[in-house]
Amino acid sequence: MSISNFQDIKKDFPIFSRKINGKNIIYLDSAATTQKPNEVINSISDYYKNYNSNIHRGIYSISIEATELYENARNTLAKFINANSSRELVFTRNATEAINLVANTWIPSNLKEGDSIILTEMEHHSNLVPWQIIAKKLKLNLKFIKIQTDGSLILDNLEELFKENAKFLSLTHVSNVLGTINPIKDIISKAHNHGITTLVDAAQSVPHMSVDVQTIDSDFFVFSGHKMLGPSGIGVLHTKKKILENMEPFLYGGDMISNVSLNDAQWNEIPWKFEAGTPNIVGAIGLGKAVDYLNNLGMSNVHKHEQELYSYAVEKFSDLKEFKIFGLENKNSTGCVMSFSYSDFHPHDIASILDGESIAVRAGHHCAQPLMEKLGVPATTRASFYVYNDESDIDKLFDGLQKVRSVLT
Amino acid sequence: MSDDIYKEIILDHYRNPRNKGKLTDPDISAQDNNPVCGDRISIDITLKDNVVSDIKFDGEGCAISQSSASILTDMLMDKTVDELSKFTKDELLEELGTPSLGPARIKCALLSLKVLKIGTYQYLGTELPEDPEN
Ligand SMILES: Cc1ncc(COP(=O)(O)O)c(C=O)c1O
Repeated sequence: MSISNFQDIKKDFPIFSRKINGKNIIYLDSAATTQKPNEVINSISDYYKNYNSNIHRGIYSISIEATELYENARNTLAKFINANSSRELVFTRNATEAINLVANTWIPSNLKEGDSIILTEMEHHSNLVPWQIIAKKLKLNLKFIKIQTDGSLILDNLEELFKENAKFLSLTHVSNVLGTINPIKDIISKAHNHGITTLVDAAQSVPHMSVDVQTIDSDFFVFSGHKMLGPSGIGVLHTKKKILENMEPFLYGGDMISNVSLNDAQWNEIPWKFEAGTPNIVGAIGLGKAVDYLNNLGMSNVHKHEQELYSYAVEKFSDLKEFKIFGLENKNSTGCVMSFSYSDFHPHDIASILDGESIAVRAGHHCAQPLMEKLGVPATTRASFYVYNDESDIDKLFDGLQKVRSVLT
Repeated sequence: MSDDIYKEIILDHYRNPRNKGKLTDPDISAQDNNPVCGDRISIDITLKDNVVSDIKFDGEGCAISQSSASILTDMLMDKTVDELSKFTKDELLEELGTPSLGPARIKCALLSLKVLKIGTYQYLGTELPEDPEN
């Protein structure tokens, strides 16, 4: 079997030419953040070298160019997720900030004491804690769609959950621990039948598969640039236009206003109404370049590549004694993450020993403590794959795990 | 950081932990966990004339946290309460043989010391310093 789609791709990523203790970096933690290709890195220095200026207000050439680059990035992102209009895209710092924006603006204007927010048991803390806080503040209830141990959601009692005072549903598209792809289109359509407004945490889906927000029909849709080859500090909130237009701003200050007097102000149009202050200009531009890079590869190829890698890993590791992949039974998964346990070795010990081989994996609860409880483990080790990984990375992980056993037993 | 933190003494105590378990009616008893990785350690101490006469630890977690607890409890037999409160991380790290654990794992190694300090300060009725293990 050969996974040759993306041959030589590591050359595009300068970090892979770095050696630690004479060894190449085997990077298997892309679910946390991805590495960056030259195109993205160069776009950042190019911006600072040739265009640096503030946007949306300059009358002079470089400011006009910088504004164009920033807004072009918004257009690129809008096309990438097939948004109806780029006006529906607000740049945020990351998925977390986008969720906090919705929790602090839309929720207080639309929910009242006794209403419920529905979440799932597989959420990242980012899509859990903001709702806990606003629920306490406004005396809302949180209810949860349960998960079974294969990593899929239990959906047969949705109608029950969606009854009564359920007003808002927020759920992840893809689990960052198990790679489960949730059937969000169906769930959202059912929610809408009950008049429930929906948010999709797409932090782990947009980087790995083609998505279409119009088909998904989510009201809010959030993701982070740094998990899809882009720079850190830039993320996206997509919101249906009608909703966004009627929302109160999140932060107040410059750029988000149309008219200000000493005692009052009017808000700018969407999306700028939600981008107070000087934004992460270069972050947006870099993210636009990342999307160009992904478009060149083709998102269906990206998805296929990861599924092939995952299958290769499953096959390879089936020989390893006492090795267990969580959620393996669930066929509906991206293949981009593989959480596992290995004998009774603690994930921290596994990760430390692998680090000695220059292999980067994640050990811990992956910001999903409630899910860990469900799986019955305090922590797992997680290897996650992206476009630049290949079979040899998995072979090295396999060898590294043999080493773990020899050190610890 | 790499597998050279797994010194022989650490692996020995990891495979054969000493003083593992609980005491009935301990004079000093405390527990804490490392929220990042879920490592959990409890320490029970019985005193006789202000001197440690019996000590046990219990818990679960990585090799570093568990072996460090085992090694620490071995070092504390016959110490006075005053000595417990003054026990330093350098003494423990030297015994572990890994002075340079790196920021990611040092918390695992010092969890047992933190638990010791929590218990001892509680017993003495004095206020716990901000970073008791340091
Ligand atoms: C499913 C999911 N949601 C949200 C986040 C938060 O992303 P960020 O830290 O970029 O805001 C992550 C990142 O780990 C994630 O995996």
